[in-house]
Amino acid sequence: MKSGSNLERILESGRFSVTAEAGPPKGSSPKVIQRKGELLKLCCDALNVTDNQTAIVRMSSLSGCVLLKELGVEPVLQMVVRDRNRLSLQSDILGAAALGIRNVLCLSGDHQKFGNHPTAKGVYDIDSIQFIQMVKTMRDEHKFLNAEEISGDVPFFIGAAANPFADPFEFRVIRLAKKVSAGADFIQTQGIFDMAKFVEWMKMVRDRGLDEKTHILAGLIPIKSVGMARYMRSNVSGLSVPKEIVDRMADAKEPKEEGVKICLETIEQLKEVDGVHGVHIMAVAWEDIVPRIVEEAGLMPRPVV
Amino acid sequence: MITLEQKKFQEIEKMTKGYNPLLVLGCETCAAMSFAGGQQQVAELASAIRIARKTSGQEGEVLEDAVARQCEPEFVDLIADKVGGCDAVLSIACGAGVQLFAERFQDKVILPGCNTTFLGVTEELGVWSERCAGCGNCILDKTAGLCPIARCSKQLLNGPCGGSMNGKCEISKEVDCVWQLIIDRLTRLNRLEMLEEIFPVKDWSPAGHGGPRKMVREDLKS
Repeated sequence: MKSGSNLERILESGRFSVTAEAGPPKGSSPKVIQRKGELLKLCCDALNVTDNQTAIVRMSSLSGCVLLKELGVEPVLQMVVRDRNRLSLQSDILGAAALGIRNVLCLSGDHQKFGNHPTAKGVYDIDSIQFIQMVKTMRDEHKFLNAEEISGDVPFFIGAAANPFADPFEFRVIRLAKKVSAGADFIQTQGIFDMAKFVEWMKMVRDRGLDEKTHILAGLIPIKSVGMARYMRSNVSGLSVPKEIVDRMADAKEPKEEGVKICLETIEQLKEVDGVHGVHIMAVAWEDIVPRIVEEAGLMPRPVV
Repeated sequence: MITLEQKKFQEIEKMTKGYNPLLVLGCETCAAMSFAGGQQQVAELASAIRIARKTSGQEGEVLEDAVARQCEPEFVDLIADKVGGCDAVLSIACGAGVQLFAERFQDKVILPGCNTTFLGVTEELGVWSERCAGCGNCILDKTAGLCPIARCSKQLLNGPCGGSMNGKCEISKEVDCVWQLIIDRLTRLNRLEMLEEIFPVKDWSPAGHGGPRKMVREDLKS
């Protein structure tokens, strides 16, 4: 075991994993994260805590992780290279290790221009692939980026993101291969609506044998309304929402039910895709729906390994 | 070239208020190429200041001139007499020109008339775009002659990120994704395998993060 985390144990045992997302609040109350933790603790194997997602300032991901851990929920620490240089990233990794965090997701981060401090200076000292490599070296060789020795263990299960829907499509699998060779133990993908494209990407992934080297968790975004579907279709870079999905939401008498139905159908299809080892549910501002989705997808109870 | 653009007139008017005489001084190299500080732009700006002063009932003479390069001491010194007779100089040059003036004329007020924008190229008349970040350690041999430091919004060395769509950057549909361009070009050159290797972390110290930069060529020093 690299980290001994619950997520690692479940994935390494060959079971189908479920993770979800818990965004921290734009405020200092611990209750928001605690509520999401209580809500989701029984239906997922680990909970991602986002890191100033969409470049909007929120409570730090590390604090959110600690709050979850206190509740007995296993966190995945999301970290973006937008806001921290190599010194800060490494010191936060050590701090997270000391606090018992065992999963980390290494990301570039949405550009600061999108957020609520668009005039901020972006850091981008190292990129997400270099970050993965750095954490792996810290864990496996007990060395900082400058090759100095680290005292103590840095036991992380290292995650990365992959977006099969961004361009150029043919290069996406090469980028995944780079993340895997950098040290990504698991991958959480962008939300999947375009199943045909995802299936095509997964074939390329299998052709390179990458599904044997990393655990791919397929991303899901439950859609609450037709407005949300339309917004994601036209305004979110890196998302591919087919017109058919928008039409289904538009025609639905009960859009929320339709959103759940789409999500459940997607999970059923994903279970049949070779190399998919789990799902990652990103129900932004709709966390309440996650337990129902996991239950109705037949993924309850979560295994204890 | 170094590209620059004149500051907004209101800002120039406010910063130059009360200086008599004021010398509006252009630069015939990059500032002229940017259509910001050549002789014609200097004449237009000086006239605008004169008119504004007249309209608001302010006193004060406005002189105008230009030198070949405000970043070279020998050219700066050519205009010493004229500068000496003025209250302040509005330098229509890049930040380097403004500062060399300030160094050469210690007791003179030197004001910046431009914002220095970037190191770039002229795409067409009236359109310039950034190409170089002056990072002090060129990697263009590894990126098909297209710079991710200057042209990727996240300065990724192992791009593109998940926000690249239809050849455009996630920050704007007006901005090309340089990684898409790099991949296209390497594909044409049949060298795409170059990108399979992980690009190591960058040493940012020659890029200005090691403190202010200086270059010394002993062979050229007298």
